[in-house]
Parts: sequence; structure tokens; C-alpha cells
Amino acid sequence: MSILVDKNTRLLVQGITGNEGLFHTQHMLAYGTNVVAGVTPGKGGEWVLEGKVPVFDSVRIAHEATGVNTSVIFVPARFAADAIYEAADAGILLIVCITEGIPIQDMMRVRNYLDQKGIRLVGPNCPGLLTPGEAKVGIIPGDISMPGNIGVVSRSGTLTYEVLYALKLVGLGTTTCIGIGGAPVNGTSFIDVLGMFEADPHTDKIVLIGEIGGTDEEKAAEFIADHLTKPVTAFIAGQTAPPGKRMGHAGAIVESGSGTAADKIKALQDVGVQVASHPEEIAELLA
Amino acid sequence: MKLHEYQSKQIFSNYGIPIPSGRVAANAADAKHIAEELGGHVVIKSQILVGGRGKAGGIRLAKSPQQAEDLATQILGMEIKGLPVRKILVDEAASIETEIYLGITNDRSERKPVMMASSAGGVEIEQVAKETPDKIVKVHIDPLLGLRDYQARDMAAGIDLPRKHWQTFGQIGRGLWRAYIRSDATLAEINPLVITSQNRLLAVDGKMVLDDNALFRHPDLAEMRDVDVEPEAETEARKYSLSFIKLDGYIGCMVNGAGLAMATMDIIKLHGGKPANFLDIGGGASSEKVAAALRIILSDANVKAVLFNIFGGITRGDEVARGILAALQEVKTDVPMITRLVGTNAEEGRQILSEANMITAETLVDAAKKAISAAQGGEQV
Repeated sequence: MSILVDKNTRLLVQGITGNEGLFHTQHMLAYGTNVVAGVTPGKGGEWVLEGKVPVFDSVRIAHEATGVNTSVIFVPARFAADAIYEAADAGILLIVCITEGIPIQDMMRVRNYLDQKGIRLVGPNCPGLLTPGEAKVGIIPGDISMPGNIGVVSRSGTLTYEVLYALKLVGLGTTTCIGIGGAPVNGTSFIDVLGMFEADPHTDKIVLIGEIGGTDEEKAAEFIADHLTKPVTAFIAGQTAPPGKRMGHAGAIVESGSGTAADKIKALQDVGVQVASHPEEIAELLA
Repeated sequence: MKLHEYQSKQIFSNYGIPIPSGRVAANAADAKHIAEELGGHVVIKSQILVGGRGKAGGIRLAKSPQQAEDLATQILGMEIKGLPVRKILVDEAASIETEIYLGITNDRSERKPVMMASSAGGVEIEQVAKETPDKIVKVHIDPLLGLRDYQARDMAAGIDLPRKHWQTFGQIGRGLWRAYIRSDATLAEINPLVITSQNRLLAVDGKMVLDDNALFRHPDLAEMRDVDVEPEAETEARKYSLSFIKLDGYIGCMVNGAGLAMATMDIIKLHGGKPANFLDIGGGASSEKVAAALRIILSDANVKAVLFNIFGGITRGDEVARGILAALQEVKTDVPMITRLVGTNAEEGRQILSEANMITAETLVDAAKKAISAAQGGEQV
């Protein structure tokens, strides 16, 4: 029914006692996500949200005590890389990092370390994942999508919500929606997710939401041509973005003329991907 | 954050990279004084954060302290690409035999730093990459291991550097790597690295760009920011943690989320309008933040309408609406406001705003069209 997260997800929340962590844990629980433990160093032994979730001092202890299989990270940027290493070293195989603003050199070290261990990271600077009706890992509002046969992958947050909501208004739902994040160096790329959607029997169509900066969309286009049988519909944000300026996301920047929206749109169209001219049009194209 | 040449070279020097003797000056008298200390034969270099200074006449050679003073007066009175020259670097002039390029940057697609060297120094590396790519040698550096000595030797050999310079080149390469890592740079570049007629290697020009997200661990480097280079509104926006970029259109945009903010600009353009800015107010939307954002948008006299596009996810639409109302109490304006609220509690939010006599829109397309029409003095729905 989905990729990466579902009803078998046993979720750990790193940074659970912080404002963000606590707030979103409440929403994840309300959605029905199986949140089994939290970590805040120094607060082990406490319980949060009216005794629903136990807090541990470290990921290792939480893992041993509760058998978590996925971690979502809400800790501030300056501690986030360490939180990812801690989850990886404790043997968590799927790590979702919501935190924005992690230094890029930290992320290069993290990514190279995780690759050696074969651990999947989603994010950072992402809204996380939503498998409607089963699990919400991160901050995607639960009520803007419903179960369906479309797989959604995006570098953005609210822009993704916009598309999910537009799909819902025309009666279309999703298998899984995954935000891979707006960081220049992240854990999971479009290609990784496209491969997973292609392999998922319940996903029939794919929506890809990209933006300026880097070459991930161009690589996705090559991958689509070589490996995908399912139809892909796309939208690329940033056609009006001036070169050399970071458009909010650290990764959204046109540098030395590369990474423009026009290049990405052309690469996708050249391999038969329908590219919408605005986000609401995605729903029209798929309805 | 970009650093000036003199700042970059000072950092390089701290990591053992040889640089010319010289000092920065803010007036012609100081420039003359520095030239006297350096023996008269100096190069006067404007310190601005855009490329192309040489072509614009912002780098000049002086043969005497008096000439240094005259040239300094000229250069300090210049504007280069709209930026006033406020500082000049006075460096001892080097007798250059060979010019090399050496730089480190982040390779996003390889997720590793990449070190590049070229025998075609003194030219922008992008130009070399386009015209003579075979003259560039690249090595990817494992961020967990750092630059290996053999990699530096490979680069030296790759650009046909005479063997007698390999050892010094290796030291400079390691110094540049340490400067890049310890400053959390996204670019550290020596261009040119020269071989002088005395057979010395010398970093004659340097450039560093630092990762804004890492400045929290480098308070000393954060202080080096030169705000002259950016529009005042962008400096102001940073104080409120707003992500803002000024554009040359007439429809102000206030959006939550970077991707949606870009898409909002795009759709305005798609329907024939021109966005005045990119602005991401981020999660939540307290009246304080909305007011600050509104002040910044309206500080641009070209703005003829403001479009609020808010997707209420976890942030509730009614809260955002109250934030906007409170901001409007504080920032009085006649500029028409168009609001599109979608998602959680959007209906309540729209109710609150309609009482405040704002133009409301349902869809993104509708919002863009209404904003364009309002900006052109059209009907105010």
C-alpha cells in the first residue's frame, strides 16, 4: 500500500520534549501513527502526552527497550548531525530528519557515513512522510490527503501540501507522500523514491515536485526514461527566481547558470513527463 | 556569506598559505603610507563583492607611493556594478611567471567536497570549464578522511607543475583544505596562485564563501559580513529570520514555505504580472512576524498590491488571519491586499479577513489574477 512507512512503523521521536517535537508527536499520535518512544538526553524516565510516550536518555536505550524501527528528528540544527549519527549507530535503519539549517559540511559527513552503513535518511529540511490511513512521520497535515494510488515525491513542504490538497479536492489519494527536503546535500534523492514507487504494486501514477538548484531533476528524468513504466507528472518551482540567490531552501539556487527551472522542465518533458505550469494543474492533469 | 579578498587572504595566511605583504585602507593617505612601507611598487585593489573588478578599472598598478595615493583616490571614488568602493587592498606587487588556479567547493551531486586545479589561472574557473575543460584537474575528497597527500601530488602532476614546487603546492593545498573545513566554507579559492620570478608560490588573489547555516559556530567570521552588498530590506529581513529576496516587479508576495513562495511568484508571472519579491514567513505567522514582513514588502515603492498566500497546515488559518489583521493595525497602507487561505480552519480565517475588507481568493490562479488586477488599479472585488 505504501513505501517506507506504514502501520508496521514503530516510531522514535528524537527531541520529543522540545516545542516542535512535542507538538508534532501529538499530531502523529492523533493520526494513528505508532509512536512508541522518545529521546531527550537528560530526561530519561519521564513520560509525555499524558503518559502515552516514554522518554529515554539515548537512542540505544530506547531501541533496546522498545524495538523502534524508524526515527524522526526534531532537534535544533546545531545538534541535528549528532542526532543522526546516534540513530545510525543504534541500528535504526530509517531516519527522517525534519530539521532545517544543518551546515552543509555536516551533511556531507553524515551522508558519507550513512552510505557506508547502508542506512536510509530522508531529509533534512523536509516535512517527512505520510502514508494516508496508516502513518504520518513528520509534519505533513494528515487531513489533506487520503488513501489512493498516486505516489508523491517533493523537495518542498507547503507546496506539496498544496498539491495533495488539490488532488484530494478532485477525489484523488496517495499511497505515500514523501518530502525529500530542500537541502543541497540530503539523504534520499528523487531517483531512490522513483525506484520505490515503481516497485510498489499499489502505486499507479507518480507526482514529482522539484525546484531550482542542483541536478536531481535532470537525473530523475534519465532514470524515468531508463527504468519507469508508470506515468509521471511534475511541477518545477522557481521559473522566476533570479540567478545566484538562495530561494529560502539552502539547495534552491541557480549557480553558474546550472540548475534552472527551464533546464529541468525540458529534461523532464524530453522523456515524456507531463509538466504542469502551476501546482493546481497537477490535479487537473491527473483527474 | 561572501568574504572580501583581504578577509579571505587573511584566513588563508592563518593556515600557512603564503600571501603578498599588504594591508587594507579606507582612504588615499593610508594607501600612500602602506605603499611607502612596501617599497613603492604596489597593486591597488578595490574590495567589493562582485566579479569583474579588473575590467572595471578597480585593480591598478602603482610604481610609487604618490601614484598609489592618486590611484587610491580614483578607485575609492568608483562604483562597480552599482556598489561603491569603500575599501582598497594595497599589496606588494609580485613579478608573476606563471598563474595557477586552486580551489575547493562542494559538489552537491557527489555529496563530497571537490578540489580543482588548473594551469589556466587568473581566469574564472567557470570560463576555463567551458572553453578548455581538459585544463582542469579535479579530485573528490572524502569528507570523513580529508585531503590525502597523494591527492595533492596527483593534482600538481595533473597540471604539469614542475616537481620542485610539489612540496610547497602540497602545503598550500592542505592549508586551503583546513581553511575550507574550519571556516565551514562552501568555496575557498586561490586565483591566481602564482609562481614568482623568485620561484616562490604566492596566493595573489583569494575568495571565500561561507555557509550561512554554520555561522553560529564562527562568531568571529560572522562579524565579517559586509551588508553593503545586499539591499537594505534583505538585511532587515534577516533580523526577523525571514527569507526575503527583492525582485524588480510590483506585486508583493508573502507566503509560508519556500517552494510555495517560488510557485506563487511563478504563477504571477504566468498570468502576466511581475512579482516584487520572494518572501517565506516560515511556519506559524505571528502578528509580529507578519507586520515585519509587511513593512519590508511595502518599503519598496514599486509595490502596487500584496498577495498573501498561506497554506494552513499545522498552522491554523484563523490564527494567520488574526496575525494579518493585527499587522494591518500596525502598518497602515492603501495598497490593496489579496489573501488566499487554504487548509486547516481556512473558512474561519476567510471570514475574519472579509470583515476587514480584504480581497480574498480561493485558488492560486484566482489569487494571482486578482492581485494583478488590483495592482493595475482594476476592480477591487
